[in-house]
Amino acid sequence: MANRVLSLLIVCQVLYSTIAFGSVLDIEKEDEEFSEELLLKPLPDRKVLAHFHFQSTAPPSTSFGRHHHLFPKPISQLVKKFRVKEMELSFTQGRWRYEQWGGFDPISSNNAKPPGVELWAVFDVPQSQVDASWKNLTHALSGLFCASINFLESSTTYSSPELAFRPDLGNLRYGTLPREAVCTENLTPWLKLLPCRDKAGLSALMDRPSIYRGFYHSQRLHLTLTGSGLEELDSGIVLEQTLTVVLQPSSWRTGKSYVDKAHSQPSWSISSIFGRKVGGKCVLAKSSNVYLQFEKGLVGELKNLQKENANPETNKLASKVFLSNLSFDLSVNPDKVFEEVDDFHSKSTSILYEFSVEKYNGSHPLDLGLTWKIPVVWSCQQAPLHASRFLMGSGNERGAIAIYLRSTELSEGLKKSDIVDQSCELRVNVFQVVPWYIKVYYHTLQVFVNQQSRAVADIMEKIHVSPSKDKTSPGVMELILKFPCGLESAALNLEFDKGFLHIDEYPPDANQGFDIPAAVISYPDFHASMHFSEDGSLDKSPMFSKFQEKSLVLSYTEILLVPLTTPDFSMPYNVITITCTVFALYFGSLLNVLQKRVGEEERFLKNNAGRKTGRLSQLLSKFSTKLRGKPREPQPSTAVSSSFVSFKLILKILLVAGIAICWQYYFG
Amino acid sequence: MAETEAETKSVTSRMRQRPIVRLGFLLISQSVIVSVICCTAGVLALLLLPVLAMNTYISENALMPGSASSMLSHQEILEANKLVRDIASLTSKPAGAAVESRGLIAQYMSNLGAEVNYHKFHPRSNQFHPLHFFSGPGSEAIQDNFSCSLYGVNTVGIVRAPHGDGKEAIVLVTPYDSVRGGVGEALSLGIAYSVFSLLTRVSWLAKDFIWLVADSQYGEYAPVTAWLRDYHTPVFGDLSSLNTEMCDENENIFKLKENSIPERNISYTFRHAGTMAAALVLKVAYRNEHFEDTLSIYAEASNGQMPNLDLINIVNYLAVHRQGLRVKVEKLWSLLEYKWLRILGEILESLGKLAKSLNPDWKFGISASDYVEGTATLASSLYYQALGVPTGPHGAFRDYQVDAITLEISPKYSFNNKDRRSDFLLQGGRLIEGIIRSVNNLLEKFHQSFFLYLLTSPGKFVSVGVYMIVFALLVAPLPLVAASLYADSNDLNPASRKDKKPINFDDLGGLLKSWKWLNSVKRVFVVHLWGAIVSLLPYFISQICDYTPTTNFLIWISLSMLILLILHQILGSPYSHMREIHSQEGEWALLKSVTISSLFIGLSLMSVINFATAEIGALLIVPTTLMAYPLKLDIKARSLRSLSRMICNLVLGVISFPPTTFFLLKGVLEGFKGINAGDFWNWIESLWAWNSATYLYIGMVHLPCWVLCVHILLHSC
Repeated sequence: MANRVLSLLIVCQVLYSTIAFGSVLDIEKEDEEFSEELLLKPLPDRKVLAHFHFQSTAPPSTSFGRHHHLFPKPISQLVKKFRVKEMELSFTQGRWRYEQWGGFDPISSNNAKPPGVELWAVFDVPQSQVDASWKNLTHALSGLFCASINFLESSTTYSSPELAFRPDLGNLRYGTLPREAVCTENLTPWLKLLPCRDKAGLSALMDRPSIYRGFYHSQRLHLTLTGSGLEELDSGIVLEQTLTVVLQPSSWRTGKSYVDKAHSQPSWSISSIFGRKVGGKCVLAKSSNVYLQFEKGLVGELKNLQKENANPETNKLASKVFLSNLSFDLSVNPDKVFEEVDDFHSKSTSILYEFSVEKYNGSHPLDLGLTWKIPVVWSCQQAPLHASRFLMGSGNERGAIAIYLRSTELSEGLKKSDIVDQSCELRVNVFQVVPWYIKVYYHTLQVFVNQQSRAVADIMEKIHVSPSKDKTSPGVMELILKFPCGLESAALNLEFDKGFLHIDEYPPDANQGFDIPAAVISYPDFHASMHFSEDGSLDKSPMFSKFQEKSLVLSYTEILLVPLTTPDFSMPYNVITITCTVFALYFGSLLNVLQKRVGEEERFLKNNAGRKTGRLSQLLSKFSTKLRGKPREPQPSTAVSSSFVSFKLILKILLVAGIAICWQYYFG
Repeated sequence: MAETEAETKSVTSRMRQRPIVRLGFLLISQSVIVSVICCTAGVLALLLLPVLAMNTYISENALMPGSASSMLSHQEILEANKLVRDIASLTSKPAGAAVESRGLIAQYMSNLGAEVNYHKFHPRSNQFHPLHFFSGPGSEAIQDNFSCSLYGVNTVGIVRAPHGDGKEAIVLVTPYDSVRGGVGEALSLGIAYSVFSLLTRVSWLAKDFIWLVADSQYGEYAPVTAWLRDYHTPVFGDLSSLNTEMCDENENIFKLKENSIPERNISYTFRHAGTMAAALVLKVAYRNEHFEDTLSIYAEASNGQMPNLDLINIVNYLAVHRQGLRVKVEKLWSLLEYKWLRILGEILESLGKLAKSLNPDWKFGISASDYVEGTATLASSLYYQALGVPTGPHGAFRDYQVDAITLEISPKYSFNNKDRRSDFLLQGGRLIEGIIRSVNNLLEKFHQSFFLYLLTSPGKFVSVGVYMIVFALLVAPLPLVAASLYADSNDLNPASRKDKKPINFDDLGGLLKSWKWLNSVKRVFVVHLWGAIVSLLPYFISQICDYTPTTNFLIWISLSMLILLILHQILGSPYSHMREIHSQEGEWALLKSVTISSLFIGLSLMSVINFATAEIGALLIVPTTLMAYPLKLDIKARSLRSLSRMICNLVLGVISFPPTTFFLLKGVLEGFKGINAGDFWNWIESLWAWNSATYLYIGMVHLPCWVLCVHILLHSC
């Protein structure tokens, strides 16, 4: 009996294990994957960029229905429920400094975001249902990420760009919340979407104090649908989560004088910038790598320095592998070295070191360190134009928004190379959303090229403007401009009037002013992409396959703060008080007039005067008649008696006042 | 007397009138007593203001001054000291020092990792534009031909807040004359630099920080205005900037060290930060103070605008309670020596003591010395607000609705004392750091505290609610007296007006009589027109000829007289026959009535624009206008009362003439020795150059009223 039972159990176990094994095989076949990567990059202004990239993919499959093994369920539910085709949500604190940190590489054009929250989404629903889906999506995301994304629900905050912002995507909605404060409470739900959270793998590096102490902090979530997308379950989802932080290595200011240390770069290690070390990979991750990138400018500068120092033979050897011990030291030997494949054949290309995390564990953690031996100065690759936006004018009545574009080295290079053919043009897309209470007059658009006023039609290729509607929709301006290549500076100028808000439309901190969200400037002729190593070994890396995609060079301008007229918020109280007073006076006198019978009163007074009364009452009646303006009955010796009475009265009053003062003095 | 007459006449007509109307009639009929009481009360209330002053308090809770401990360390001070030494060594060798010191400061800034740029400007002398007097800054077209030699260069450094979104900025200005700069200016640069270097590495900075080293070789105000103009209203299609670039070709000094990259970042490209939250102007001066290190605060901007009181409060709080500085605001020093003021102070003190002995809760007494000090400060506060000329470079910020003050720190020891220098730098730096940290805490712009106030000491103020009582009391009798004069001259007793309302329109004479006030209105209008012309004259005089101020002044006066005569001949004549026909004793009264009404309107308008001017003006002109009475009638009357009235009229008539007022005040405050007729011209010129509304007030309200008063005095009735 017992034997039988035992054998049954064994059979069951075997059956179960085969089923389980089968399902494991299934997963491998279906390819639900997760990978984690970290890119470190020294920046010219003595800071370090750390870019975390996590990617989860859910394959296009109907086989397991609603269940996932690695892929976060809330995201897939979101996608299925609201039929999101593509979506990007970013939480950012601090500003990306295009001048110092570059504006042309894939990281800056994909991960440099305006401060606050930015959300855009493309829906796979009929045109009429897009707005409804957007509203539901904002609420869902708001709950998911502990942020006030639900404020994007109001039609005054979002817009649907057509020309200048990702034009090929279709049913797009775009909204920003410039004033949203970004904090750990937004990071925690974001980390929950990772299979290992921040307990293991690269995400364990995210020590909250150190990543929020940085100069720039942007967490981003991007999801795209892959596959045919015809059937609801037929499409896979790619969820890309990135965290980009710019940190200041702490040891940089130990020297005695700043002036002497001006050009020297700080030495840093993972443990010095994050306060933690990489203690192994997340076991669920397919790949887990740390990369160190030296960008073009830096490599060129290092090569120059090397040429000065070393003899040409070693230089030739070093140029390929570039493992120089002359200018810097790496604390860990890289597993692989890649060199960028450049289409332009410029004199230097960026170099990438790969460190695989798989070798390391808790007892033997990875602590990549970089020690500089010689001072080096370089600059990052810039976007064709540097854009800045500012407000003009003062006062509470009107003002102007100016977008100022200034040429950088890249466009200067362009100018030189294309000077031969006259038709050279530089195309620039501008996308700007302005809230309705800033009443922009789009006809006042002025364009100045190289400090000379130009007709708008000469510069404009396409324009799409939807003026704001009060309390319903914001004003949207999309421009496609084409500038001549010899552009040094260009300025766009738009005038506006400041509107008035209703008293209950003011936010609690109305006196701070109101924000105009960042404008998006993109350059459709330029694409940021990076190709490393011909052998294709990096193609497996999701981060670098992302970098290889041609992405638009895109930059955000500053957020503007417009001070509007704000009422004194105690004013309603004053208004209520004064209105009540006026009403009381009015009704009081009206009642008085209505109930008074004039003839009766006069007869009564006459009777009173006829009677002989006491002096005080006589005086009172006299006083009242005087006040009422009625003729008094002439009385004999009025003047004498009245003066006598008043004298006595004054005496009495004085007496009472004296008693009061004494009382006050002795008992008060 | 008039009262009893009126009463007997109107006994029958007082049948049904509302009490409030009757009260009005009573006031009008008693206008003499009312005006005497009101004017005396007004002057008394003005003298009581120092007693009524309240202690300042920090109204905006977000400011939290002094709640964080200072982070400025000796490291920054060492660096700042090095900068001061470097600059001092540069100024000892004059050749090229200007350019080099500029480069040095920019180099120091950019080594800290800040964004640095130069801002080139052409100093534009203040010009009187009669047609756009009230138009905002920057609207004037720039049409001057610039010469390459005459320009200044500001150096601007910007620290971007690490976590901030760059919507707001705090500005610190240090005027620095790169040619003649002394040790004081170098020290102010040192203080600013220490704060700047601290701010490049702190994490609490939420607003961008701009340090403007204003090139003050053409005055301290001009560089700040030029920078602010380019910040707020840049001109894109401007060819003059191309010209300056061409000027730049000759100067290759900046391009000497272009090979290193940080210096390539120092460019002429104008850099913007966000909306300005507040601005500080920092100066260091050696004043030979005997007691302590002192801090002087200057706050008055153009047309009596003041920064928010909270800004002064935090400076005062931090300077007194954290850094142990003695804070001063401007005083009229000569007032301190007046005997009568001291006696008044003592009387008030004893009154206060008496009140306190009656009830210990009544605490309105202040000591006599406090009272005198308070009055001196109040007088200077009132004077500088009334003048409408900014007291420092901070005035330029107020034109763009930015709250700003000038701080002038003067150390106890002389600058040569090297040991004290680091202590001084530390003290100044911590003060500035504290202020900036406090403003940095601010979420909204300054709006909580007062904008309209007078200071009686750094820690005491009189708010608008109190000091407007003075003005109200002074102005209140004007409409009453005007009404009563009109009624008297029309033989309309207010009470009996209703009965006489149906005027017999068939009678032309009666009709003309009822409209004769139009004649007076016309005359008042002509005089005001003359006033407007007179206030335009100085512009043309200064344009046409280039004489000394004294001759200019004399030309102005003679031209004004000439124009008055011409206007009198031209506009006075067509109606003169009517005046002869209906000339009667009531005519001057009507004229006075209309004058008073126009004065009332003028003063009320002025009180909106610049309250202090209206207050001082009312103090001078209201008694004069109310007293005005034809001298001829007084001479005829030959009573003691009329004699005293005549004397009063003459004295007031002399005092309230603007030039004599000016000379008298100047003489009283500074002594009668160095008085020159040209001083008045200079004063007036400074008023119009700074676009002060006081100038308009003097030309278009005060002077015409004075002329009309004199006309009434000399009236031939």
